[in-house]
Amino acid sequence: MIRYAKPTTVDEALALLGEASWRILAGGTDFYPAQGAKPFRENVLDINGLAALRGIAETEDHWVIGARTTWTDLVRHPLPAAFDALKQAAREVGSVQIQNVASIAGNLCNASPAADGVPALLILDAEVELRSTAMVRHLPLQKFILGNRCTELQPGEMVTAIRVPKNAATGASAFVKLGARRYLVISIAMAAARLTVEGGNVGNAAVAVGSCSVIAKRLLGVEAALRGLPVDHALATAIRSAPMDELSPIGDVRGSAEYRLDAAREIVVRAVLDAAGHMPTATVAAA
Amino acid sequence: MNQAQPDMTEAQPGISGAQPGTSMERANIAFKVNGAAVSVCVPPVRRLSSVLRDELHLTGTKVGCDAGDCGACTVLVDGEPVCACLMSAASAAGTVVTTVEGLANGRLSALQASFLDHGAAQCGICTPGLLIAATALLDSKPNPTEAETQDALGGVLCRCTGYRKIIAAVMNAGRFASELSTDGAAPNPPAGTFSPYSDGEKGQAPAPASPSPRLSRREGAGQHQPKRLDLDFDRRMPISGHAVGSSPIRLDGLPKVTGGEKFGGDSFPADALAVQVVRSPHHHARFAFGDLDAWIKAHPGIVGVYTAADIPGKNSFGVIAPFADQPALAEVFSRFRGEAVALVAGEREAMLDLDLSDFPVRWTELPHVLQPCEAQAGGALLIHENRPANLLTTGFVERGDPEAALAGAAFTVSGAIDTSYVEHAYIEPEAGHAYMDGDTLVVVACTQAPYMDRDDVAKVLALAVDKVRIVPTATGGGFGSKLDVSLQPLIGLVAMKTGRPAALAYTRNESMISTTKRHPAEMKATIGADADGRIIGMVFAGDFNTGAYASWGPTVANRVPVHASGPYATPNYRAEGRAIHTNGPISGAFRGFGVPQATIMQETLYDELAEKLGLDRLDFRFKNCLRNGSETVTGQRLESGVGIAECLEALRPHWMRALVDAELFNAGSSTKKRGVGVASCWYGCGNTSLPNPSTIRVGISASGDVVLHQGAVDIGQGSNTVIAQICADALGLPLEKFRLKSADTAITPDAGKTSASRQTFVTGKAAEKAGRALRETMLRFANVSEKAVIALDGASLVIREGEATRHIDLSTLNADADGFVFRAEESYDPPTLPLDTKGQGKPYAVYGYGAQIAELEVDLKLGTVKLIKITAAHDVGKAINPLLAEGQIEGGIAQGIGMALMEEYIPGRTENLHDYLIPTIGDVPPIETILIEIPDPEGPFGAKGLGEHVLIPTAPAILNAIRHATGVLVTKIPATPSRIRAAIRDKGARR
Repeated sequence: MIRYAKPTTVDEALALLGEASWRILAGGTDFYPAQGAKPFRENVLDINGLAALRGIAETEDHWVIGARTTWTDLVRHPLPAAFDALKQAAREVGSVQIQNVASIAGNLCNASPAADGVPALLILDAEVELRSTAMVRHLPLQKFILGNRCTELQPGEMVTAIRVPKNAATGASAFVKLGARRYLVISIAMAAARLTVEGGNVGNAAVAVGSCSVIAKRLLGVEAALRGLPVDHALATAIRSAPMDELSPIGDVRGSAEYRLDAAREIVVRAVLDAAGHMPTATVAAA
Repeated sequence: MNQAQPDMTEAQPGISGAQPGTSMERANIAFKVNGAAVSVCVPPVRRLSSVLRDELHLTGTKVGCDAGDCGACTVLVDGEPVCACLMSAASAAGTVVTTVEGLANGRLSALQASFLDHGAAQCGICTPGLLIAATALLDSKPNPTEAETQDALGGVLCRCTGYRKIIAAVMNAGRFASELSTDGAAPNPPAGTFSPYSDGEKGQAPAPASPSPRLSRREGAGQHQPKRLDLDFDRRMPISGHAVGSSPIRLDGLPKVTGGEKFGGDSFPADALAVQVVRSPHHHARFAFGDLDAWIKAHPGIVGVYTAADIPGKNSFGVIAPFADQPALAEVFSRFRGEAVALVAGEREAMLDLDLSDFPVRWTELPHVLQPCEAQAGGALLIHENRPANLLTTGFVERGDPEAALAGAAFTVSGAIDTSYVEHAYIEPEAGHAYMDGDTLVVVACTQAPYMDRDDVAKVLALAVDKVRIVPTATGGGFGSKLDVSLQPLIGLVAMKTGRPAALAYTRNESMISTTKRHPAEMKATIGADADGRIIGMVFAGDFNTGAYASWGPTVANRVPVHASGPYATPNYRAEGRAIHTNGPISGAFRGFGVPQATIMQETLYDELAEKLGLDRLDFRFKNCLRNGSETVTGQRLESGVGIAECLEALRPHWMRALVDAELFNAGSSTKKRGVGVASCWYGCGNTSLPNPSTIRVGISASGDVVLHQGAVDIGQGSNTVIAQICADALGLPLEKFRLKSADTAITPDAGKTSASRQTFVTGKAAEKAGRALRETMLRFANVSEKAVIALDGASLVIREGEATRHIDLSTLNADADGFVFRAEESYDPPTLPLDTKGQGKPYAVYGYGAQIAELEVDLKLGTVKLIKITAAHDVGKAINPLLAEGQIEGGIAQGIGMALMEEYIPGRTENLHDYLIPTIGDVPPIETILIEIPDPEGPFGAKGLGEHVLIPTAPAILNAIRHATGVLVTKIPATPSRIRAAIRDKGARR
């Protein structure tokens, strides 16, 4: 008989994780599609009883997003402008129905190259909090997602929170998703950008692109090219000639590799300009 | 082998039937549904959608994909919309759940009333999800904007309506809140008697098998529907003699908004065996089974496994008898990915826990061909041995001397267009159940063609046709694919073999991989005009990938050459359409039978030709379009009723305005460019040069109802309403007196298939004739002249002529076996003539016409397209029900948008609704419909068909608008952002 458990405390959940192999059920929006019509053959650890893991808190150094926090929770929670890209991304995760139950941690654990939440979390230098009965560790998001459907999660561990360092939660941000239809769409490419401005020039720039590599990537060459530039259309010029070596898109039914590279650069320009306040908000380029 | 195991048929479902050691323990889970406390005992990870439907019998919550891609299962959990298919039963514990059945509180909610009023529900399968999602929106924003409405409903897919009436219904719902709260007498008589299913199969079909002990688990479910929820709702019932041309609320509308409608998967008997289908994972394979008996024994609760060896009849079905070639269950070889090879039947709970990965079948993958060019190459494997070069069939039309005409043309243009497989993507996957009623097999399932289903099921199962009864359920979209049988012979076989009801609902994946698609086309054409801009010649050749089996491939091959000229006078013409087998998905019927593809070829070339001629694109079309007295490419002289010129003329002011708008916009924009495109259609209604009769029976009951046996299956398009409207005016009695009987083959004569845009025309004509005949019978009985006016007053027939009034007490007359005191039955078959070897003849008795303008904006850097507006002018002859006609137009346009911009089915890659994209509520722009009424002398009240016409001009109009905006024509359809951007880049590189 396979097991099902719905613990109510994190410690209880971790103890269970330590004693057997479990598949974790949170929002269910990836769990059930992956299951399809097949019968259950794995133990299921239902973490929907862990009230402590839902919600957004502020510590001295971090914004802490509980692992079970839904995209709707995030949208409704007052947060600094640096989170605007993440909120825009939240509204593009599937549909309202999905956003109402899907957890932010689940989006990371599912580790799809097209995960809508990842680029916007990357530009916030987000860290993933992993807990087991033995320890708590914090990994930068880039080090947590290892590949397509592959993460650093070890047996006995679960993601308990996503932490955003307060020194990264500065400036303004924007997100652009490129898809072939308006709603319920897996992106062809997406970009998130966060800028801080000091004395009319770009201070810090954080730029990430998803769906154009196995794991969404920060674009370090673009970020370097933006730093110190005046906040005007010089930004676009700089991006158009900046290196984007991090990207290695595939060609598939949604678009050719060549198209993705081309489009990624364009939506990076738009996300950066949007973040810089030069353009009205436009989150979905296909609209 | 494969007989029901005696010891198994007695097995009780439930925990004891499940395999010990694998399934999860059940738990009691309590929550509130629609205000009532409920408790279920299920595994905690059971989907909430399954709990609602299977345990609580709340089948108003639909399952379209089981993956959150379609939103049909949307319910409110503690006030927030969620997909019930993605929520565990455990997560529902302690919550308050609202389903569609909970929206009406003694009367329709304002939103439900608004949906009915606006015609926002067609087939109705997505309606519950939309109503729930919109209810959540209206709770927080009673007067939402269009953008807010789209954002709130973006997660629910609809394939019928094109969404515009849904948006209007939600935005205007507030109006109905005040109307419905007004006390006072109902403006119209109660209309509870109008449900077409109220007296159909449910009243007469024998109860299937014995009640199940599981019924007791389901007590307390919120099953019952309060009656007459629409008491104070204006159904816009027309007065006697004015039904045609009015837009009453669709007669079958009420259950579509209450959740009461029963689709294929909504009425499974409690004791039905569940059936699963074992399918080929390969494009082409040889297979052999292992020890099936041992496998059955090793799986408690499994009752039987059935293979081709168990099929008693001819294991070969097909919609066109001479080409029938598809086995219900493949024998030795499977020819496409998804082909059925075996059935597993068992108790429901055991089947839910069945893992088919150890099913004893050995596959040997064989070489396959997926492209027509590969299939035609020398030495290519033959998919069917009797079809050399994998050629299924060829259609051919030739007139005049096209080569000479083109050689002498002042201007010619040539081009090539390739299109993709398009999936029908109705939100209701195929579903149904079957049971034995004595020696008669009863199949209750969604369908477009009950009599064709009956004949194919009888043939496969070696039954006499009168021993097969097809009971159509409501059908949650069809668009051509539900013309072919799918699960009917499969569940029929299980019911015959076991003697127990057998039920099956395809998964979304199963529906997509195993049923038919629109043919991918590879087309080439050349068109020439003289110096004055008159078309003088055209040649067209199209290869259509018809997949592994024939299905409707011959129809596509034949229809395309007849229509590839478009509605334009083309004196010299040759067109060939070839249907070529591959190991791809079966291509069959999909709204337009190949004509939408061919029209892309012709209409995009027309734009190039107009450009060469220096003519306005609309003027060029107007100059060349067919007129009364024109001869078509098949030599058919169209004496009257040709409305294409009127359609183009009606578009002219919109065209002029749109061109100016685009020019103004483009002057101020460099990164985004607007474009305007136009395209036309014509389409012959009914079968091509083949008989396709419809029969309508109508009578008067002793209680004073008009009982209409409405055999034209309503798959959402509105035939339940339109056929009744036609009959009402022919008969001279008010529509509100009509009660409908469904297209059940045991009770209603054959009105043919819902296909080929034929129901309004062909069945409508039969309904007109039957209505007139019934009237004549009553007038003769009363011995009055044709001028008499008749009415029904309770059980009295009231006949007035001049000053005289007679009352005939119907209850005193002898009723026949059907309960009729007066009856009539009439058939109609459109007069056509066969096509000769050159395709000359009179293939159709009636054609419909239309033209559309697309306005859009292209983002030149990203290749994305934003549609701004579609303006559609369609000549429908006579709009029997203008609101339903508009609904057809908007829905067809939405499918045309999908075909033009996003839909591309790739076997093995896009077999779900998140990789296969259809338009969402944010992808269909405002649509302005212009109904043109040029009466056809043959059609009922002058009406022509419309259902397929509406999709045909959309894709070419969009492609022409993209070309207008960007200067590039995308020649591989769909024109995805990637392809548009590549074409723009190539053009830049050529400069």
